[in-house]
Order: sequence, then C-alpha cells, then structure tokens
Amino acid sequence: MRRFFERYDLVDVIMWLIAATIIIVAVFGSVKTIQSGKYSAATWVDLGLSGLTQGSVYALIALGYTMVYGVLRMINFAHSEVFMGGSFIGYFAATALASSGFMNANPVAGLIVVFFVAGLTSVVIAVMLERIAYRPLRRAPRLVPLITAIGASLFLQYMFRGLFGSQIRSYPPMPSLEGGIGLPGGGEIEYVQVLVIVAAALMMLVLYLFVQRTRAGRALRAVSEDKDVAALMGIDVDATIVRTFVIGGAFAGMAGVLYALIYRQITFFMGFIPGIKAFTAAVLGGIGNIPGAMLGGLTLGVTESVGTILFLDGYGVPAPYQLKDGIAFIVLVLILILRPSGILGEQLAKTKA
Amino acid sequence: MTTKRTSPLGTALRQGIFAGAIAALLTLMGMVETFNERDIIEGVISMGLLLLVAILVVFGSAVAGALAEARLAYRLAASALTGALTELFLIGLVILGQQANLRPVFPNASPELWELLQFGLSVPLSYLAMLAFGAIGGLLGAGLTILSRRFRGPVIVGVITVVLIGLLEDLIGITIASSPLFATSPLVETLNEFFLAQGVESGLSKPGAVVVFLISSVLAYLWPILRSGARSRTQAMPSRRRHGLALTAYGVFVVVLLILPNFLGPFLTDVSNSVMIFTLMALGLNIVVGFAGLLDLGYVAFFAIGAYTMGVLTTTAVGGGSGQIVWGPGLTFWGALPFAVLFSLLAGVLLGIPVLRMRGDYLAIVTLGFGEIVRYLALSDALKPYTGGSQGIVEPAIPTLGQLTASLNAQELYYYLLLACVGLVIFIAIRLRDSRQGRSWMAVREDEDVAQAMGVRLVSTKLLAFASGAAMAGLAGAVFASKVGSIYPHSFDLLKSINVLAIVIVGGMGSIPGVILGSLALFGLPELLREFSEYRYFVFGAVLVAMMLTRPEGLLPSAKRKQELHEATEPGGEPPPQVVAAPGGAGSA
Repeated sequence: MRRFFERYDLVDVIMWLIAATIIIVAVFGSVKTIQSGKYSAATWVDLGLSGLTQGSVYALIALGYTMVYGVLRMINFAHSEVFMGGSFIGYFAATALASSGFMNANPVAGLIVVFFVAGLTSVVIAVMLERIAYRPLRRAPRLVPLITAIGASLFLQYMFRGLFGSQIRSYPPMPSLEGGIGLPGGGEIEYVQVLVIVAAALMMLVLYLFVQRTRAGRALRAVSEDKDVAALMGIDVDATIVRTFVIGGAFAGMAGVLYALIYRQITFFMGFIPGIKAFTAAVLGGIGNIPGAMLGGLTLGVTESVGTILFLDGYGVPAPYQLKDGIAFIVLVLILILRPSGILGEQLAKTKA
Repeated sequence: MTTKRTSPLGTALRQGIFAGAIAALLTLMGMVETFNERDIIEGVISMGLLLLVAILVVFGSAVAGALAEARLAYRLAASALTGALTELFLIGLVILGQQANLRPVFPNASPELWELLQFGLSVPLSYLAMLAFGAIGGLLGAGLTILSRRFRGPVIVGVITVVLIGLLEDLIGITIASSPLFATSPLVETLNEFFLAQGVESGLSKPGAVVVFLISSVLAYLWPILRSGARSRTQAMPSRRRHGLALTAYGVFVVVLLILPNFLGPFLTDVSNSVMIFTLMALGLNIVVGFAGLLDLGYVAFFAIGAYTMGVLTTTAVGGGSGQIVWGPGLTFWGALPFAVLFSLLAGVLLGIPVLRMRGDYLAIVTLGFGEIVRYLALSDALKPYTGGSQGIVEPAIPTLGQLTASLNAQELYYYLLLACVGLVIFIAIRLRDSRQGRSWMAVREDEDVAQAMGVRLVSTKLLAFASGAAMAGLAGAVFASKVGSIYPHSFDLLKSINVLAIVIVGGMGSIPGVILGSLALFGLPELLREFSEYRYFVFGAVLVAMMLTRPEGLLPSAKRKQELHEATEPGGEPPPQVVAAPGGAGSA
C-alpha cells in the first residue's frame, strides 16, 4: 500500500478516475444502444463510412500539424487557416470551371486543376507564415510563438472574411460525383466518399515514401530529431523547415477541397473545427509521428461518427449528434490523460506533454 | 550581402512591393472605403485616406531609416520611390477593377472604391495624382527620420492627438450634448464650435486641428523638462509629504472615477461598463497566463459558468413554457453572486486537474477544448430544460441596494457595481502577486522543473492559479448576465477567450496597469468606433503577431517579465546558442 502511494500521487488517481468514469459511461451506453436495436447493421456501416471519409480529411490536415510539430516543437495554430484558404481559393477555381462548362466536360482534369489551385494557395500561405511569423521566433520562449500562431490564425481568418465576405458559399454541384455503389447488406458508399478515401490514401502513401525513401525525407527526419546536430551534419535546416511547411500546406489545401466536396459549404470560419479535430488526431496517433497522424485521423473520424450515437443514444440523450464535436475534445483529453504519447507513440522527447 | 541590403534602389523596391501588397489588401478588404465616411479634419483628410497615408509614411520612414548611411538625396529619393511604388499597386488594382468585374470574388471592389482611390479625378490625371500622393507620403516618412529626435517625438504625439480627437469627434459632441453640466455652458459651446466641425462624423475643424496639434506637440516637447522638474521636487520632499501627495493623487483619481458617469452620459457609461467586464476577465486571465504562465484558451468557460449560475439561480422565467427553464430558485442578485463565483472557482479546480501535467501547447489546446465543450453543452438539446439551449435564459435579477441605488439609472448602477468589483479584484490581484503564492507562480512561469526543485508545490500552485482566475471570470460573468439581461450560448465563443487573451498580451503579461490599458485600447476603442468593429479581429491578429515579433513583453510590461523575455539578448546574459546553417544546404537536396 505504501509503495502504491509512493508511485502514484493523488492527481494520478483523480485522473484515472475521470478516465475510468468516461470509459464506463461509454461502454454502458454502447451496450444499451445495441440492445435497443434501433439501428440496423446498414446504418452502422453508413456511419462508419462517413466516419472514415471525415477521418481521411482529418488525417491529411493532421499531417501538417504533426510534421510542423516534429521540426519546430510548436503547434501551428494557423494550420486550420491554411486549410481554409485552400478550400476558399479552390472554390473560386471550381466555380470558374463549372460556369465555363469545363468541369462537366472533363471532371477529372477539372478536379485536378481545383486541387492544384487549392494546394498552391495553401502552400503560399503556409510558407509566408513560416517566413514572417515563425522564423524570427525560433529561439523565443515557448509561449511567444504559440501566441504568434493564434494571432496569425485570427489574422488570416478575418483577412479572408474581409476580402471575400462573410457569407456562406457553396461549391458548384458535381454531377459526376453523385450517386454511389450499393454494398452487400444494404449500405451504400457514395462516389464522393470513394474519391476522398482513395485520394487521401494515395497522398499519404506518397508522403510516406517521400519521408522514408528520399534524401530530403531523411533530412526532414534528422531535423525532427535534433535541429542543431542536423545542421552540423550539413543539413540546411531552414530549407528543410520550409519544405515541411510546403508539404503540410499542400496537404491541407487538398484536404480543403475534399472537405468541400463532402460538405459543399465554405465560410471563413470553416477551418476551426476540422483544425482542432486534426490536432486531436495528431495527438491521438502520437504527435510527430507521420503514420500516427493517419491512424489517428481515421480513428477519430470513426469514433465521432459511430461513437456519438453508440455511446449516447442508449441514455436517451436527445439529438446526440449535436455533441459530436464535444466527443472529439473528450477523446483528446482522455488520450492526454491515459497515453500522452499517442497510439503509435511520440517519436519525440517525453517531456512535451 | 551587405552592399545589396543597403542599396537604395533595392530597399525601395522591396519595401515598396511589401507596402503595395498591404495597401492593396486593406483596400480590397474595404477598409479604405468604410473608413472614408469619417473625416479626421473636416474637408481635408478622412480616416480612409489617413490609412493610406499611414502606410506610406511608415514605409517611407522605414526605407529612409534603413538607408541611414546613404546620402540624403538617395534617402529621400528611395522613400519617394517606395511611396510611388505603393500607389502603383493601387493603380494596377484600379485598372484591373475597371476592366473586369471583381465583385463576385471581392464584394468590396465597387466603382465607388476606384473613384475614391483616384481622388475623383479622370484617368490620365488621376494616375499622376496617385503617384504624386504616394511619393509625397513617402517623403513625409523620410522627413520624420531626418528630424532630430527631440522634435520627432512631439510631432508624432501631435499628429496622434489630432487623429484621436478627430476620430472621437462624434462622441465628444454627444457627450457634451447629453451631459447636464456641459450642455448649457456658453464657454463649452464656444470651444465646441471652434474645435469641432459641425456635422456627422466630420472631425476637427481646420483651425481646431492646427491648435490641437500645436498644443499637444508643445506639451510633448516640454514633457521631459516638466517631468524631471516635478520628479526632483518630489524627491526633495520629506518622505511623509511625498506619501501624502501620492495619497492625495489617488484620492483625486478615485473621486474622478466616482463622479465620471455624470459627465459621460448613458452611452459612454455603458461602454465603460463593457470595458470593465473585460477588465475583470482580463485581470483573472492575467493571473493564469501572466503570473503563472499557463496559456488558457478556454477561459470563457468560467465566464459562462458564472453567467449561467447567475441566470439559473435568479431568473423568474421558470416553468414549463417555451423560453423558460424547469428549475430555478429565484434568488436575488446578491444571493446568487457568491454561488456564481464559487461554482466558477470549483470548475477552475476541476478543469485544472486533468491539465496539471500538460505544458504550453497541449495546455492551450485542451483548455480550448474545455471552453468549447461548455458551449456545446449549453447549446445542446440534452441540457435544454436546465440551460435553455440556444434560446438561453432571460430575466436574471438586477442588483439593487434599497435606497442607495434607487436614484441611479441602469448604466450608473452597473458602473458603480463594476467599479467596486474591478477595485476589489485589482486589490486581490496585487496582494496575490506580492505574496509567497505570487512568487511561486512566477517561479513556475519561468521554469517549472527548477521551481519544483526549489520546493514549489506544482499541484497546489497551478490549481490556485486556475481557481483564482476562474473565480474572477465567474464574477465578471455573473455581472455580465445581469447587465445584458439574457444569457445565450453564443456569447461564450472562443473569440471572447481570444479577445481577453489579446488584452492581457498586448497590455503586458503579468502587468496590472497593462491589463487596464489593454482593455481600454482593445475593447473600448473598437466599441467606440463602429466602423472599426468589423475589422476588430483582423487588427487583433495583426497586433498579436506584431507584438510578439517586436515587443513580446507588451505595452506596459511588468519589470520581471520584461527581464525574462530579454534575458538572452541582454549583454550580461548568456549568449543564445546559434544554429549554423550549412552553406549551400549540401546533403538535403
């Protein structure tokens, strides 16, 4: 008993109690929901698929957080605005293409152009962020770049609002993406979902190969490990950091288009919630860990899509989907309490969380 | 490298492109046009044009400053070129806007805007005028750098005073008209007619602007002399008299604060009430962020808990009907106030426990999550019977104190209540700061590990910071609920947390006068200038970034915090470790 108290203090005990309560509530709720038999298997499949789709988008954004955290040890708070910016400018490209009839004639080429425009926009925003806001502060106390990032996020959000107005804009409809494939068992997978999942998987594969197999990827890993030593080994640290922002930005921009294909609507404020969730996904998988971000994104997407109904519906909570965003935050808090290094483990020093 | 950096042409081009991009951005955001409605000096310059002039002057002086070693003619030419280049961007924008309809993309790109940018002139002449305007603006900036230090300060102070008074002309007029003390005085009327242009948003009159500029710049010129004279005289006094003098000054200050609503009129009193609510919150956040260094982005949650406690405990709209909640004891304001503070304090401890082990970034994002969870809960249908869901709670109680408050109107009532709260909280904050607890907070802020090694108990230290910050936010929330008269979940979004954070950071983390200055500048000013409120968060973002890049300690820093942030650059301190970038970046390509 005494040894127990020496190893764990009161705070640990309270935190474990909080975590245990949440888990028991979730498990109990799941059992009740399943027993009630309100939802068919097809519904669960649909929910799971929409979770996977959202999760893929989260994963793409999470890569930007995780890679920047890897090299700079800071949360790029403005990354959600990088995502929003891509989605926004992509919208103008998509509208122009749709109104000229090009999009309907060549949907594949049209989508590639939209992806390219969105990715490029986000890269420009991300690189300017790094150059103007973060680079001068690389050696500053930790709080300083964090506040800068919050400021930059606010600045970008309201810059877009000022430039393009605060109304909600809708992506043009994509006739070629409507409909879906029926699944055995009654569910259906929509073409949009197929596109999002496949595109995200492809992009992540490319990134994985880049990081693991190329010289630049090795430099990136070295800089994540230790900037100073990497510099001594002849790696251009500044260039590597810029490259990280370029990759993160490009992924965020393309994720912005995918997100807009799912939800159709964009506003200047749209980056906030996906940004937070992507960050949660990054922490969930283990921040600084690239496969972790992918896994974390998918896990979070499914958890909030399936889990919200599964955990809460059994208690008779009215409209549980309203609490969807809350679930993501609870997952984040739980992870940070139970396993701060994430599912796949943080590849960084242990003192960060 | 060095020759390239100081080449006049290169500098002018680089800065000109930068300035041009900024000018084009602000123009497309509609700032120039929106601000143009308000004249600073009647018929001479509007706030919109002033914005452009400010960009030109700032960049002009930056160029001239960067070329301090070059010959005078080069410096002037470079500044003029920078200004002209800036205007060239706007000319490009005008041409583009007149050829193609930009409005589907940029809602602000209206024909009126192009006309405004061209000063209402027709085409070939207008472009020349724009270029000349840019060059003159750049030259003005260069002129500032050439002036000797002694004159530069007073000139800048004079210009700023003119601008501020010009901006606030409306309010000064309203205040005079609505104040019983001023409205009938013939002297005030004469002064009003001389200084202020008579019209809506028309700024200072021309002679008024000249006189204001002269008075303020002469005062600014004399200020160092007056101050050193006063200082040497007070230092010559015996300490007891000095003490007495300070007490008298404080007394006068308090009396001024107490009689202020009589001069301000209802509108300005209401604005000062909002400012004081934010000051209360900012004082609390200042303990968490400024003293203890724990970046809390979900601070609005405690404000919300205070407000909801006040709402639930005091509302009279209880029952089964729509817009009513199912349970509420219907306490008085004073009966509910302690509960509001207590519940926020408990919430601070409760939310503090899970984040005890987290640092910096993680702490920020988890607290942000907490703030959002509270809002989602308040918004959700699940808790609707208790918190009213998106319809919120109406009719919380109003603070009354029998005969004492009977003669006050609503604004004055909350003014005195808030004044008392702010005074109390400032007192508590100062006592906490100077206590053993305050020193532990600062030790934790500087280095958690070292603080722990020195015997600071991290758990209680951090929890106390969260708890006291939360209690102050709860107090602010309770008064806010009563003042606004209704509690909606939308009042408690992340932007409020960011707003308060910006106040603390811009004012100076850990500095109590800084917090007060911050809430006046970042909350009071945008509240007074309604055109500005649309761009409030844009400017906040820019200010936060600029502040962190140039002056991370804030406007009125606490001495300790300033020292910490500049440790590395101080000559006595250890030099910061340098990363040596490899030449050519071999091995990374």
